[in-house]
Amino acid sequence: MTIVNFTPGPALAGGMLIGLASVWLLLAHGRIAGISGIFNGLLLPKAGDSAWRWAFVLGLIAAGFVDQTVFGAAALPGSGLSIGWIVLAGLLVGFGTRMSAGCTSGHGVCGLGRLSVRSLMAVLLFLGTGMTTTFVMRHVIGGAA
Amino acid sequence: MMRHLSMFAGGLVFGLGLWISGMSQPAKVLNFLDVTGTWDPSLLLVLGGAVCVTVIAFRFVTRRPLALFGGALQLPASQDIDTPLVIGAVLFGIGWGIGGYCPGPGLTALSTFGRDAIVFVLAMAGGALLHRWWRGS
Repeated sequence: MTIVNFTPGPALAGGMLIGLASVWLLLAHGRIAGISGIFNGLLLPKAGDSAWRWAFVLGLIAAGFVDQTVFGAAALPGSGLSIGWIVLAGLLVGFGTRMSAGCTSGHGVCGLGRLSVRSLMAVLLFLGTGMTTTFVMRHVIGGAA
Repeated sequence: MMRHLSMFAGGLVFGLGLWISGMSQPAKVLNFLDVTGTWDPSLLLVLGGAVCVTVIAFRFVTRRPLALFGGALQLPASQDIDTPLVIGAVLFGIGWGIGGYCPGPGLTALSTFGRDAIVFVLAMAGGALLHRWWRGS
């Protein structure tokens, strides 16, 4: 193991902003900031249930423009993965987060914040399988990815 | 209108947190997941920082009967560690470990108009719809 690119300051500051935004959604709107759930409600939406979701998702996307403008961040480099891998990743993330009813935000930031054992279990599982999968992709399959 | 502006601001601050912390960069996420290789522990602090804030603030917020804009707080009722939770989290982890994208970073990366982000978000929508169809609703 080699530790690379460790950025504790920005990581902690950005994490706290994510936490603050999640608190605001619950305090002001009574909503859990679960992004997979908010996004899912935009697909074949129920009447009257999509405007607030669009507002949140557009804010999320606008953050990228603000970041590029203010901080002049370079565009994200491509992953180098072929399109088939990206499609597979998206399908698994979409299906899996709906089956378990939460992702890194819903189970991670909000579920752990509520001291939910169910969410803790989800977080440990997706961290564990995420680490295992990255190991296989990088060190077993290697160049194929 | 104020309600939607507030929701937009929530998304904006959440997204800025993703960009500032580096969580929006799939390469950084994959380095975090690559414990045996080039490990970048930063994301532990992203999650740690976020959860510190929510653990403290949620204690007070959840005592309130109503949200500021009205209406009851909508908290998940389920506490069961059941098969869908386990299998769903495993499948999500596999997808996360392949691409380095979870839903938030995927959506905010649409701002770059990059191929990966667009393909990922479309496939994620497909996966969510597939789940709905499979569950039969």
